Amino acid sequence: MSSEKENLEEKLYTVKYNSDTESHLQPVQDCCRFCKSKACTIVCPAGVYEWNEDEHRLIVNFENCLECGACRIACEDKSLGWIYPKGNKGVTFKQG
Amino acid sequence: MTGENFENREENKVDVIVVGGGPAGISCAITIARAGKNVVLIERGKFSGSKNVFGGAIYAQPTREIFPDFEKNAPLERKNVEHKYALLGEDDSTVVSYKNTKEDAVSYTVIRAKFDRWMAEEAKKEGVIIVEETVVRELIVENGFVVGVKTELEDYYCNIVVLADGVNSLLAKQIGLRGDINPEDVALSVKEVIKLDKEKINDRFHVTDDEGCVYTIFGGSMLGMLGLGFMYTNDNSVSIGLGITLNELVERKIKPYELLDKMKSHPTIAPLIKGGELLEYSAHLIPEGGYKKIPVLYGAGVMICGDAAMFVNNLHWEGTNLAMISGKLAGETAVIALGKQDYSEHSLARYQEVLEESFVMKDLRTYKDLMNVMHDRKDEFLGYYPKKINSFFKMFTSVNSVPKTELYWKFIKSIFKDRKFSVLIKDGISLMKLLWSILR
Repeated sequence: MSSEKENLEEKLYTVKYNSDTESHLQPVQDCCRFCKSKACTIVCPAGVYEWNEDEHRLIVNFENCLECGACRIACEDKSLGWIYPKGNKGVTFKQG
Repeated sequence: MTGENFENREENKVDVIVVGGGPAGISCAITIARAGKNVVLIERGKFSGSKNVFGGAIYAQPTREIFPDFEKNAPLERKNVEHKYALLGEDDSTVVSYKNTKEDAVSYTVIRAKFDRWMAEEAKKEGVIIVEETVVRELIVENGFVVGVKTELEDYYCNIVVLADGVNSLLAKQIGLRGDINPEDVALSVKEVIKLDKEKINDRFHVTDDEGCVYTIFGGSMLGMLGLGFMYTNDNSVSIGLGITLNELVERKIKPYELLDKMKSHPTIAPLIKGGELLEYSAHLIPEGGYKKIPVLYGAGVMICGDAAMFVNNLHWEGTNLAMISGKLAGETAVIALGKQDYSEHSLARYQEVLEESFVMKDLRTYKDLMNVMHDRKDEFLGYYPKKINSFFKMFTSVNSVPKTELYWKFIKSIFKDRKFSVLIKDGISLMKLLWSILR
């Protein structure tokens, strides 16, 4: 489990970001609590979403977002607030 | 309808605003600028290409339609001379290859951060005003007409807005040109660009300095799933990745990068990228809904092109070409509408008409049933049969003192053991149906 996470971290280490201080991803926690699939935690290619069972809430590591939009489309009840980061923020691909 | 309503904001008003500085948006904007109209292109990234990811290759002929001399000036990586189709089993593979070094280029590999940026610079030279690092948050609609855009900083007004804002096109959704996208209508692509010496690439892919090789990869880590892998050679790097339908990931609870890692470790793939250094990991959505999921393409004062319009031919790996040509056609339509000062739905309907006449819609229509069939029959066409082809060659190449007739019959019997006769007939029928839908 942890090696999988390390593996992803190694990949994300190659990505250039200019992180904002506030998240452009806004889950509706009341919806997340009742969400069965937690699809965002599966599909996100950057592992942005983690379900915290103790606190019963979705953790959003928005700084790692690759801005693909998979979470928005996969979101079971389409409740995820998803916008692009501000113009000078977010990811800058050099090898896309 | 135009003119007098907007006099108070004339100073901020341009003929056309294009949202999105990728191949579609740039092709559209440059077409409009060449006709002498003023056009502003708004790009959310630091520069064009900085938010873009593809396989990938650009296609020579369509690119020449927009940039006649691009082969002399643009930052190209390699000219693709070989196409390999690899059917991966769990551990084995069957590879079919087509190579032609004598023909003119069909496609070139490019790095989007360099190539899109180059296109944007060309557009600037021809009079397109490019506004970077700016996100359009909303379209301004008045009396049913799209009349401008709201960015974080200010509002811009215009006669026509062209949406080339990519697969997620929140703007098309905002004005109701399309609804929510379903998980089965997009593929999530993850990609790694792996640094390798030029000589190593040449040796491993059997090409010379400027030549490139494209791999289409079936099966492997994605056996039975609606997904494909790809590999492209760049100058000093190899791009390797895969695209998999989003609902596959959700239903099977698999993470996209795990599939990619598994694909990279397949015995047929691993030696090709061995010892390479990861330069960049990236991800992007591919619109794969096809013809049936194309949104409404125009409205009063607005047109949609490129990925935002679902213009991807997923069987042939075409996207940037559809983007460029649809952008050009939207640009030409905008120029005609500006000439008539008529930005109504009726006037912009020309865009759809010329698209229908072009290869863009014709090709999408050709494959309109493809995705349905593949969704229904992926276990067969992307799982069982690729595995079976590999097991045929395993049998054919085996040397084990068993008489060949016996081996053949054993193979044939295994098919009937695996699948009921009625199921085989069903497979055959759906294949014939698919072929008929393509050829008629």
